[in-house]
Amino acid sequence: MTQNLRARRRLVIQERVVSTLLLGCGVISILTTIGIVVVLLTQSLGFFAEVSPVEFLTGTRWSPGLIPQSFGVLPLVNGTLLIAAGASVVAIPIGLATAIYLSEYASTRVRRTVKPILEILAGIPTVVYGYLGITLVTPVLRTVFPQTQIFNAASAAIVVGIMILPMISSLSEDALSAVPRSLREAGHALGATRFEVSTRVVVPAALSGISASFILAISRAIGETMAVTIAAGMQPKMSLNLLESIETMTAYIVQVSLGDTPYGSLEYRTIFAVGLLLFLITLAMNLLRQRITRRFREVYE
Amino acid sequence: MSAPPFGPHGAEHVTAPTAPSIDPRGGRFEPRIETRRRKGRVFQALCLGAVIFGIASLVVLLVDVAADGLDVLSIDFLTRYASRIPSRAGIRAPILGSLWVMALVAAVSFPLGVGAALYLEEYAPKSWFTRMLQTNIANLAGVPSIVYGILGLAVFVRFFALGRSVLAGALTLALLILPVIIISAQEAIRAVPNSLREASYGLGATRWQTIRHQVLPVAMPGILTGTILALSRAIGETAPLIMIGALTFIAFDPATPLDSFTVLPIQIYNWVTLPQEEFRHLAAGGIVVLLTALLLMNASAIVLRNRYRKKL
Amino acid sequence: MSTEIEEAGAVRTRVALKTRSLSVHYGDSPAVRDITLEVPTNRIVAFIGPSGCGKSTLLRCFNRMNDLIPAARVDGEVLFHGRDLYAPDVDPVEVRRKVGMVFQKPNPFPKSIFENVAFGLRINGFKDDIGERVEQSLRAAALWEEVKNRLDAGALSLSGGQQQRLCIARALAVEPEILLMDEPASALDPTATSRIEDLIRDLKRDYTIVIVTHNMQQAARVSDETAFLYLGELIEFNETERLFTNPDNERTEAYITGRFG
Repeated sequence: MTQNLRARRRLVIQERVVSTLLLGCGVISILTTIGIVVVLLTQSLGFFAEVSPVEFLTGTRWSPGLIPQSFGVLPLVNGTLLIAAGASVVAIPIGLATAIYLSEYASTRVRRTVKPILEILAGIPTVVYGYLGITLVTPVLRTVFPQTQIFNAASAAIVVGIMILPMISSLSEDALSAVPRSLREAGHALGATRFEVSTRVVVPAALSGISASFILAISRAIGETMAVTIAAGMQPKMSLNLLESIETMTAYIVQVSLGDTPYGSLEYRTIFAVGLLLFLITLAMNLLRQRITRRFREVYE
Repeated sequence: MSAPPFGPHGAEHVTAPTAPSIDPRGGRFEPRIETRRRKGRVFQALCLGAVIFGIASLVVLLVDVAADGLDVLSIDFLTRYASRIPSRAGIRAPILGSLWVMALVAAVSFPLGVGAALYLEEYAPKSWFTRMLQTNIANLAGVPSIVYGILGLAVFVRFFALGRSVLAGALTLALLILPVIIISAQEAIRAVPNSLREASYGLGATRWQTIRHQVLPVAMPGILTGTILALSRAIGETAPLIMIGALTFIAFDPATPLDSFTVLPIQIYNWVTLPQEEFRHLAAGGIVVLLTALLLMNASAIVLRNRYRKKL
Repeated sequence: MSTEIEEAGAVRTRVALKTRSLSVHYGDSPAVRDITLEVPTNRIVAFIGPSGCGKSTLLRCFNRMNDLIPAARVDGEVLFHGRDLYAPDVDPVEVRRKVGMVFQKPNPFPKSIFENVAFGLRINGFKDDIGERVEQSLRAAALWEEVKNRLDAGALSLSGGQQQRLCIARALAVEPEILLMDEPASALDPTATSRIEDLIRDLKRDYTIVIVTHNMQQAARVSDETAFLYLGELIEFNETERLFTNPDNERTEAYITGRFG
């Protein structure tokens, strides 16, 4: 009798220990977020004690390493957005067209073969894309546009575009496939061709899922580091010229890490200020995407 | 208007198409079917072109890397250390470094990730806390890898004074891929049919007993698949490890988790940035090794997933 | 530039639709076997029969919706005012404007009420005033009064019965000759159902209607002629009153008295 009781009590204790341990695992994620926020904020506060946030956010010259130092972050933001925009120009039309083909035109067998092949592109490490940018894409660009510099934004934009392509094609294809067959039938029954059903019924119906995939891909392009570090260069400037070298926020952070900037110096602390800005931008985009996805789910309750 | 004469029941009567239309409703439409069909064909061709572009990019990528890198591969390449002389350089230290790091990353992130997923799926009540936890994980999955590098630098390298060590790098990467593992493990756990759990509870088992004996065994293939895929992301990560100070010129084998180290992607990056042509080939060789490792990991994940699907 | 089908529709004959030895196979299994029947113009014909008897498949032959299923094979003829719908030079798109369809579960597009009805007009190159045609169609579907002040509202905000009437308006907008209705009221509550049935009876004036229903009372209430199908075959086709009170075939009698199905 007491043996049973003892066994029961052991189980209860075991249960409590286990659930606490597991909760601990979950809490690690909260600690991670807190860690990121605390690190970025505290170090940035130290930075912003010496450099006014206004100068940081509105200045157009970024040269923390030169004397006189300039801390206008806009050239880095410009570089980041330029690459993201260029990558989007490549990835969005091609990715969406791919998704439409796989969802509306391709047979099941084709779709099941092609989709994982394209997802391989997403799994390739970014250093490889950087390598390709500088060894393959840039030489081709230079033959077509001789004025292209060795490090240029276009090369990085193209390879980053290819890298984020599968994100758009896979997620958009999921969104398109989720559109109920009854809507397509309604479109056909009114005399619409397959092209018209795809573009005027299915795509509009899947729009939230598709836009969510765009935002995810763009945010990935914004956070991309190695490909742009290798291919796009390290010259921060306020330029829209894709054939010139620029510098992104992420590449700058790498540049400082690789250099011998003294720890604790103002120049060193720029890492955290730029990192904070980067974090906030991608956080905003992720929140936007979650909001859109939630609205998508509401429509298709 | 005179109606056309009707035949006996069962026989239709058709007047010539040029007869005046009785029906006033005709003619308000211009269907232009040929034009629309043609537009559709062009559109379909363009979409197919997009698919081909994607596949072609992959092919070009692989062919280019292989062409540049395959002739660099040799036993020497795999067993030598880095060197300023291209013909004497190898990827021994990066391979060992990557292996060390990956082993530690797996050891840390797998239990933590599965634990968190189990908590969220089996234990967590429907509260604001749980929802916040879930949103937090989703957000963390979208944070750029370099921010994790900054975190690792400040927390592991400096605060915990681990220095620029394998351990610091592994912990940083573990945090990076943790959200991915949690999310995919959650999916695998969610896919376990509830009837299994109910049967176990019905027999008087506690929640942990049910998890350990019923849920986990069934969900494990899916969990492993997700973990392998997450690890294959970690193996290619460069920026966070650069941030925590993984060096680029290592000429020894790491012996303890506190040793300095380098990993394959960083060596590749280093070689890519060097001007001499030969280093480009070395970089390509390193890429071939890296991609092969990735191929093996992904293939095993796919095999696992297929066997898992068959069981379900 | 009108096509043959358009011209065929413009010349109204007594028989709107006629099938000759019509068969449909999905792969190897037959769904519809060798059916020959006529649907007279401006009449309502009901297809009844137990589930799986092929009535929906048969219905979908009339607007070539079976073309969308790769495994489906259609043999025989379907004549629309004398013109074979399955002739090689006939594009299904032109068929579907003249032969409209309303589905079992209301399926409005996730667009505004106005855009739902306007969709078919825009696709088919309507030359006149779209707004006017939308209003006409909504009136014809007995929905105008309820939605006239909120044409920009989302179609999904309407009730089930209203959505179905919207789908009817959408189908009517493109000026079809024939309206195919696949169990149009089976997803609706009794009030909405009787409104739809009243609407169907009104529509007979201007359209030919073929309705598939599993509800025999509905068939009896609404249709002029009824076809009873069983296992893909046409068992009996007669005037509705006759079929329900004094059927020729004993299987028909068995079905309508509820002995099976």
